[in-house]
Amino acid sequence: MVSHDPGTNVGPAPSTPSGGSQHPPSGLPEDRQRRPATPLAPGTRRLLDAATGPLHPVARDTLRAAVEVGWADPAAFHTEGRRARALLDRSREVVAAGLGVRPAEVSFLPSGPTALARAVDGVAYAARRRGARTVASAVEHSAVLVPGRARAAAADDPSLLAEVRVDGTGRLDLDAWRNALAVPGSVVAVLQAANGEVGTRQPLDEARAAAGAHGIPLVVDAMASLGRDDVPSAWDVLVGDARSWGGPPLGVLVVREGVRWQWPDARADVEHGRTDVLPWVPLALAAAEAWQQTATTRPEDDRVARALVDDIRAAASVVPDTEVVGDPDDRLPHVVTFSSLYVDGESVVGAFDALGFAVASGSACTSSTLEPSHVLAAMGVLTHGNVRVTLPLPAVSPGVADDVAAFIAAIAPTVRGVRDQLGVSDL
Amino acid sequence: MSGAASDAGDAGEAGDAGNEAVVDARGERCPLPVIRLARAVSEAPGLRVVTVLATDPAAAHDVPAWCRMRGHRFVEARAEVDHTAYVVEVVRPSTPEAAR
Repeated sequence: MVSHDPGTNVGPAPSTPSGGSQHPPSGLPEDRQRRPATPLAPGTRRLLDAATGPLHPVARDTLRAAVEVGWADPAAFHTEGRRARALLDRSREVVAAGLGVRPAEVSFLPSGPTALARAVDGVAYAARRRGARTVASAVEHSAVLVPGRARAAAADDPSLLAEVRVDGTGRLDLDAWRNALAVPGSVVAVLQAANGEVGTRQPLDEARAAAGAHGIPLVVDAMASLGRDDVPSAWDVLVGDARSWGGPPLGVLVVREGVRWQWPDARADVEHGRTDVLPWVPLALAAAEAWQQTATTRPEDDRVARALVDDIRAAASVVPDTEVVGDPDDRLPHVVTFSSLYVDGESVVGAFDALGFAVASGSACTSSTLEPSHVLAAMGVLTHGNVRVTLPLPAVSPGVADDVAAFIAAIAPTVRGVRDQLGVSDL
Repeated sequence: MSGAASDAGDAGEAGDAGNEAVVDARGERCPLPVIRLARAVSEAPGLRVVTVLATDPAAAHDVPAWCRMRGHRFVEARAEVDHTAYVVEVVRPSTPEAAR
């Protein structure tokens, strides 16, 4: 047996650090704004794009150990299979308890986007005799919008997907939402808990009440918020991705008891009939471990991230011709984005990268497509020159406060440098 | 980001057309259409209306955003055969911020 037993590791969160790789929550010094950042050693990186990882260090240890003990097919009847089944059940119990639901309501799917698309499909299929129309905000994940547009195009009926407008901060227009839900044939509503690109939270209570008035279940996409923000309660179907709480890529689909949901291709014995792929048990174990670790430190992590993002927002907003977008207060604690006129996303991300910073961008020039971020576009904000920061958990990156201090000092000169290079500084 | 047509004289059409100008940014990638719009406005203080011809999809969002950020008025986006024409009313001349 391995010394790092994941069977006990996914038990109740330990009161003392379990293993040497766990880092204490890094406190924020009172004078963080005046403290100069520690100079970067050659080759050191400052991670400010943590939307997809890395793993929480304890979850990484759990994953390694679980590969040894949890590799077997949990449907098999031999000893190894039964052990894998027990570990999978335990993982499900941990995640369910964290979300405040019953284990039978929780299914693990191969990825968050897969779970999100499945969530919508299941509600729509169960309601197929009443209609086929999806109502979603214009800033939803592409796993909702792309298949929705494809269905509408295939049926030659644009009304099958309503993309409800948002305001300049990215928040849902509730009047438009109510109007869209009132259209006959609407059977499924989809809304994010908060947007992972700009951080803005959505009014879930009001949105669910509006959907409920028409008997329409609300699918809530919490892929950007679980583990970082309060677990939402106003939903009928909930979707998460273990990456948001420091876990590996693993989709979580929660169908509240009593909600009409059906997937026609189900095999009843696999994940409560919500997928045809058994989860790889080590991923589920690592996800459960990461949840416990992250839940334990969340209040402090939230406070630290919120203050750091406030600092970035303040620093970016004084750069000439730069706007910081998204709601400044009613937002995720750890996400911030800003756009600067006259620079392209590729150049500005490259300039930060050369200084050691890993940041993301929603600009078209940084992706393989010509289309910029549909989120920025729906908000009516500048799509070029976009920089997005997703702060890592302090346990993942203990130097995050120092990295942010260095980033704050680098924003203005970096944007200015790119503008000089492009010959647009006089504009 | 090479911008094949960017050497075609950014504000050339603006110089001799009085208070209206057309910026032909067809085929250019973001942020070049907005850069050329801003240059046209900054180099011809008398300009009142600028029409930007663009094929880059980002221009549909970035021309209105530029107007909002710089205090100009976005009039309309007109779909043409193979491009879009964005009409901008210059509300006040952009003042170059020299000391950046």
